[in-house]
Amino acid sequence: MTDIIRRDPRAEWIARNRLHPLHAVMQAAHTVKEARWMGPNGVIRKSPHAALGFIGPNGIRRIDRSGAQQGGTTRRLGQSQETQLPLHRVDEPAFIIAVVPDMVGGRLSSHDRDLLGLAHHLAGQEGAVLAVVFGEHKETGFDTAGVDRLLQLSGHEYDGYSPEQRVLALRAVESQFLPRHWLLPDSRTGGGELGRRLAAALHERPATRVWQVKDGVCIGRAGSGSEDLTRAVPRLILASAECAEPVSETRHDAIEVMLGEGNTLRSLPRLEDLGPVAVDPALIPMAEAEFILSGGNGVQDWDLFHRAAQTLGATEGASRVAVDDGHMPRHRQVGATGTWVTARVYLAIGISGAVQHLQGIGACDKVIAVNLNAGCDMIKRADLSVIADSSAVLEALIRLVEGYRAGDWKDVA
Amino acid sequence: MADVSLEVITLVSVGAHPTSGRARRAEQDARAVELGLHLAGNRLQLLHAGNPYEEALRGYLGMGIPALHVLEQPKGADALPVLVDYLREASVQVVLTGTQAETGEGSGMLPYLLAEALGWPLVVGLAEVETIEGGSAQVLQALPRGQRRRLRVRLPFVASVDNAAPVARQSAFGPARRGQIEVQEVEVVDDILLSESTLQPSRPRPKRLKVIKAKTAADRFRAATAKASGDGGQILRDVTPEAGAEAIFKLLREEGVIR
Ligand SMILES: Cc1cc2nc3c(=O)[nH]c(=O)nc-3n(C[C@H](O)[C@H](O)[C@H](O)COP(=O)(O)OP(=O)(O)OC[C@H]3O[C@@H](n4cnc5c(N)ncnc54)[C@H](O)[C@@H]3O)c2cc1C
Repeated sequence: MTDIIRRDPRAEWIARNRLHPLHAVMQAAHTVKEARWMGPNGVIRKSPHAALGFIGPNGIRRIDRSGAQQGGTTRRLGQSQETQLPLHRVDEPAFIIAVVPDMVGGRLSSHDRDLLGLAHHLAGQEGAVLAVVFGEHKETGFDTAGVDRLLQLSGHEYDGYSPEQRVLALRAVESQFLPRHWLLPDSRTGGGELGRRLAAALHERPATRVWQVKDGVCIGRAGSGSEDLTRAVPRLILASAECAEPVSETRHDAIEVMLGEGNTLRSLPRLEDLGPVAVDPALIPMAEAEFILSGGNGVQDWDLFHRAAQTLGATEGASRVAVDDGHMPRHRQVGATGTWVTARVYLAIGISGAVQHLQGIGACDKVIAVNLNAGCDMIKRADLSVIADSSAVLEALIRLVEGYRAGDWKDVA
Repeated sequence: MADVSLEVITLVSVGAHPTSGRARRAEQDARAVELGLHLAGNRLQLLHAGNPYEEALRGYLGMGIPALHVLEQPKGADALPVLVDYLREASVQVVLTGTQAETGEGSGMLPYLLAEALGWPLVVGLAEVETIEGGSAQVLQALPRGQRRRLRVRLPFVASVDNAAPVARQSAFGPARRGQIEVQEVEVVDDILLSESTLQPSRPRPKRLKVIKAKTAADRFRAATAKASGDGGQILRDVTPEAGAEAIFKLLREEGVIR
């Protein structure tokens, strides 16, 4: 079947004129295959008389107008394209906009996506957006996030905290690609520091805490945030979250590119990373904690819960019911009337997921639920749910982690 | 753990109260002074580039330091070159600064540019200095979410301090009056930035709207009425608690929260 719409004005006229001698014949022929057609203005028309819909359970004809169900007679024009976003290709980029995303936890954060959106705004049709990623990543959506070129720099010299080595690599990127702009997230999770180090190394004066870029002018916060600094867009931009809308309407190539050989020098590190230090999770403010183990009305054994939190190295949280019942202190309450948490991983034990509670975990990335009731709202929010008794799961989890710490965990993954 | 042989210098600036805007000692700089006092006792040196007659500077002297050195400059001059010149001559091992100034541009670039110009390593977000021996220091760096990282850094180094550093002690009135402010004349280098950009009271940022991109009215209706539900999380039913715990454990390890 071709995509060209062929119209038969005479047939349409007969279809509209119910007194026409041929009407009944033509309609009968049409209803089979023409329950919807393209009107003269390009609008899809549906015939309510045609045999569309289906016979409902009590024998009444039901018509679903959402377009989801159209019997077997519909011409599925362009259906397959709808799910795939249009591809934006830049084969011969006139210039490069380089973005160095934070990749917290190996994935693009929402801040990174905003930044890629800003990069596309700056790249327009001719430029290409180059994302520079250090180390291994778990991201699969570079194409829909707006990455035209992807440069992955892996190697153990970039492991851990290695800002000086990374700046060296970015200087190599600078000399190879000569990006028109450098964009980094002005975040505490790495971008703010790396961007400033890069600025000092390239002798560029960056615009910092930028929240708007428009018509060659950028606005960023200054001082302690009570003033705005407006200036012409510099080469290096450190942008805040929500500086632009993320890319959502196009798909991109995300072609892998390489750094030329011999470009990456090794430096003798003046800063040596001796690894993370164990911090008592109970002392971390809950709003900031990265990993929260939260208990609700479904926790039977609170001693076990505390032991689990200690073994996992998680900060403790609680639902309001657990707090009201006196199992947890008030400052541990998560939710609308408690603390709004930002944990990357939120492990909810026996919490039903009332709206007031779900509001408080809106910013959490990965939610894991343990609950007996598979129909509760927390399960709908969770990325992983285990339908089992809380005490049994906590005990098994403690055993696993202790075994892992003792070194006999075999990597089954 | 004040070390008698260690030379530490803290760079201080004039801050602004967040509500009233009145000049005060800057919060982060005061923490840097506190950290310096832990390191070097009252042999800590303080350095400021700007107006020596600013009353707020005495707030730092009130923390128990006898003197404050000022490189006199008018407002709007570039502080970096004069600070670099001074620090090159000063034979110090540790330079402490705040992360971001409370007035002016506040880009937070100063420690980076200083380190680059001096050729010294830079520690960002210094929380604690554990030991200093044999030409290197072992320090704790503050990370987001209350985490800490241990670093070894070669001396001399520059370190910036943020709100994870120890809280500054109160400033006492008597020592603040008695403290000496030593003024040094320096060459003035104008900062070009302020001539080509404008500072205004900050505008509230526009709230991001939740835009629903749906092609049909039915989709828009569904998006507007849909409950915030996760799209297809994995649900483990009828599993033993051990199998469930194993799945949870695997996810926790993938996310890197089990250490
Ligand atoms: C104005 C207002 C403000 C509120 N603010 C907050 C707030 O800030 N934070 C907050 O949390 N709540 C808040 N609430 C209360 C909220 O509406 C819920 O009542 C509360 O969150 C429910 O807590 P829960 O999930 O622990 O308890 P429940 O709703 O009783 O849920 C217990 C869950 O545990 C499961 N369970 C039971 N036994 C087991 C077992 N052995 N193993 C595994 N699972 C088991 C059950 O299936 C159930 O899903 C507020 C309410 C109001 C009216």
